[in-house]
Amino acid sequence: MSVELSHYLMVGAILFSIGLYVALAKRNAIGILMGIELMFNAVNLTLIAFSRFVSPPTDVSGHVFVVFVITVAAAEAALALALAMVVYRNRETIDIDKINLMRW
Amino acid sequence: MEDVGSVVAFWTLSVVTVGAALMVVAVRNLIHAVLFLILSFIGVAGLYITLSADFVAITQILIYVGAISVLILFAVLLTPRAARDNAETFLQVPGLVLAALVGVTIGAVVLVTDWNEATRGPFSETAEAIGEALLDKYVLPFEIASVLLLAAMVGAIVLVRED
Repeated sequence: MSVELSHYLMVGAILFSIGLYVALAKRNAIGILMGIELMFNAVNLTLIAFSRFVSPPTDVSGHVFVVFVITVAAAEAALALALAMVVYRNRETIDIDKINLMRW
Repeated sequence: MEDVGSVVAFWTLSVVTVGAALMVVAVRNLIHAVLFLILSFIGVAGLYITLSADFVAITQILIYVGAISVLILFAVLLTPRAARDNAETFLQVPGLVLAALVGVTIGAVVLVTDWNEATRGPFSETAEAIGEALLDKYVLPFEIASVLLLAAMVGAIVLVRED
């Protein structure tokens, strides 16, 4: 009984599914952002697992990629929360069911 | 990675991570959902350590647990009159179906594919190698990332400025 690559990939897949559900189904805009962060984490876990089990031992490309993904995730979180604050200031709500100004 | 300790660590951290992520879906209070999200981030950082990725684990703790979670908590607390019930929209059932479909597909691919696992040796220390790679092979993405962070910071300030 040992821990293989597929174990980590399955954890990543489950985490990604949960994040996808949260991002699709939550009503609060901040909740949707939380789902997106969960999906980022799942992808990063998958990248690190591949870097550990598949690429040659001295290659840190997967780690560098994860560092860049975390950077972009931080920028994305700051901008998304700023957008949520602007919407809240104008509409007094961040319920995405009520933010339907541009709905067809 | 055949010793008992890493196996126990993997299963414990996996259960914590996935369980906390499920609690993000299940709890009815948005603040509690953020706290469970933080627990899930910490579990992922532990999984990085079991994959001998020490630098990425520390980065995960600093950026996700330290910065992004606090940012999300601030955003929740700065929207006091918005609903805090963590409820679902009318897309609950399609979202559940789609998420299950994606999860099952990825899981099937994981189990079917032969991943050609090659190396199992642990990294001795990744921080030095990552630093060299960032300033040598990946210097252009590194600079672009700094420009991206600057643009995001300016954009966030401009968006929320009162004028």
